[in-house]
Amino acid sequence: MCSSRAQPGLAVSGAAMASRAGSAQRPNGGQQGKICQFKLVLLGESAVGKSSLVLRFVKGQFHEFQESTIGAPLTQLLSPTAAFLTQTVCLDETTVKFEIWDTAGQERYHSLAPMYYRGAQAAIVVYDIQSQDTFARAKTWVKELQRQASPNIVIALAGNKADLANKRMVEYEEAQAYAEDNGLLFMETSAKTAMNVNEIFLAIAKKLPKSEPGGGAAGAGSGRTLSDGDGDPRASAGCCNK
Amino acid sequence: MDEEYDAIVLGTGLKECILSGLLSVSGKKVLHIDRNKYYGAESASITPLEEMFEKFGLPKPDESYGRGSRAVTVAVGYRAVQCRPHRRRGTGTSILIPKFLMANGQLVKLLIHTGVTRYLEFKSVEGSYVFKGGKISKVPADEREALSSDLMGLFEKRRFRNLLAYIQDFKEDDPTTWKGLDPKATPMSALFEKFGVDKNTIDVTGHALALHRDDEYIAQPMGTTIARIKLYSESLARYGKSPFLYPMYGLGELPQGFARLAAIYGGTYMLDKPVDEIVVENGRAVGVRSGTEVAKCKQVYCDPTYVPDRVTKSGRVVRCICLLDHPIPNTKDALSTQIIIPQKQVGRNSDIYISLVSYTHQVAAKGWFVAMVSTTVETDNPEAEIKPGLELLGPIKQKFLTVNDHFVPNEDGTESQVFISSSYDATSHFETTCLDVLDIFRRGFGCDFDFSKVTHTLEDDQ
Repeated sequence: MCSSRAQPGLAVSGAAMASRAGSAQRPNGGQQGKICQFKLVLLGESAVGKSSLVLRFVKGQFHEFQESTIGAPLTQLLSPTAAFLTQTVCLDETTVKFEIWDTAGQERYHSLAPMYYRGAQAAIVVYDIQSQDTFARAKTWVKELQRQASPNIVIALAGNKADLANKRMVEYEEAQAYAEDNGLLFMETSAKTAMNVNEIFLAIAKKLPKSEPGGGAAGAGSGRTLSDGDGDPRASAGCCNK
Repeated sequence: MDEEYDAIVLGTGLKECILSGLLSVSGKKVLHIDRNKYYGAESASITPLEEMFEKFGLPKPDESYGRGSRAVTVAVGYRAVQCRPHRRRGTGTSILIPKFLMANGQLVKLLIHTGVTRYLEFKSVEGSYVFKGGKISKVPADEREALSSDLMGLFEKRRFRNLLAYIQDFKEDDPTTWKGLDPKATPMSALFEKFGVDKNTIDVTGHALALHRDDEYIAQPMGTTIARIKLYSESLARYGKSPFLYPMYGLGELPQGFARLAAIYGGTYMLDKPVDEIVVENGRAVGVRSGTEVAKCKQVYCDPTYVPDRVTKSGRVVRCICLLDHPIPNTKDALSTQIIIPQKQVGRNSDIYISLVSYTHQVAAKGWFVAMVSTTVETDNPEAEIKPGLELLGPIKQKFLTVNDHFVPNEDGTESQVFISSSYDATSHFETTCLDVLDIFRRGFGCDFDFSKVTHTLEDDQ
């Protein structure tokens, strides 16, 4: 298993990526492999560490006093140019490319647009193990996903800030039981120590369907994106082994 | 919300969301509020269908419309404007304005230049038709199509082709292509005369190609109409089939996309937040009050529903949303289409528009179609006015009829710093919408929007 950033030569825009990726060279491995792209969204109460988890996963960094996403969305923090971040995870046969969407702070006043969930094939719902409130909120997000998102969405529950276990307010067993009841992946994570960060993304990557085109999401690739050039028919937003 | 902002934007209709995005990108600190708990202002997209039936006071739809809460999503359109304070919001306030995007038009340019296009997917509208002599025909858009069209006789076809050839060769900045006609001084009628086209051809050209709503253009300088016809054919050239595009999941996606742009540039969003008052000092807006909270600001941008005392009613628009379980007859089973009924064909002063979208856009359950018939109200019986449109649809499963007032602002905002958008007009595309937005931005910001400020391309180019 490897977890490496997409190389510039390969990381063209999602649309072009999807249409060309069928036989793309892996930048580091050199072998022929199938690349599947999935939209992953992060949800959870403010300040539970959503952005920190992504920062750790995508850049291997942790900022102790990272400001709230309000006014400085993750995408701005990480890169001056990105609506969402991407990171690839290599499985045996396939490379899974995550298109990771940040809430851009819109969850704070319950103002997240339905567009955010639309076509998401995976979600990480994050809570802070030091707070029952954030765990309750996480359950609400799970319900919201079950109502709004694609029925096949893979949901992972992340009990973050596991490095602060001495201030724990949510028991591991409690969260695990809830996750089992609802068919969620579950791990306690720490963006600070990197505990289980790559692992949770890898677990999601393994669980995602890699053969059905689109996975029932994002219009199943039937629309097109617009660009400055000529018509650029967008291939499936999901798996792209056509 | 007790903070200070450069601008507070009220209402999350498309115009306000674009403004919010452009202001945020330009470095302004923006607070964006909507009194409703959803994006898109007065009506955005209505899901599920039950809600739609309820809004119109109809009994619950039965299972034939598709199962489950997401069965038939009528995610077709746009808010309509009704000036009523939020506390009295009641039934029937919403309805949806049927519009398509011109593939080479202003909105697509805005989407691409701001990168918002990255969040959206579109489909080309499959057909564009015009009503003539009691039946519908495909709109010919170039010389070749003009020659094969069943809209006119052989000799008329040639004249029409010559007119289109002239327009295709016409270049605004190259007087040699004008063939002696000054586009700013020559009325469109003179151009029609030059090519000797008849009244029917004039109808098709002015209404189905130039997309004029009435006949005022005929007396006006030909430059505008030529530009509109060029926009039509350039849009057509872009993706084929028709010059129109429609977003997957409905038009409600557009404001959400621009709202996300604003949020990425630091804008704050609050839905479901009552707006009680625009606080004014010395004739200038200084804040917005919600309950006991006041957010301070230097400017307010809003739709007419937030400022009933600052707008004037300028007319009425009738719209009828029809649920069908079949395509529109005589459109080759197109899953999406536009039909224009030029005013003169049915003895009116303004055109009737029909637009059809369907399950292929994820706005309805499999096998279902959503047709919208609309026009500017001219009589006391608006429903009768759209009858020629309804008659083209074949059997209709359910109709939702609304008549909405159209409002324009009383002021340009430069004194009060309250910048108000106009209600959405009856045109079938977003060209006027974008012009209004860019004009409001210019008035509020002091200069045109600078696209080079878009540093976050919103593209994944790591």
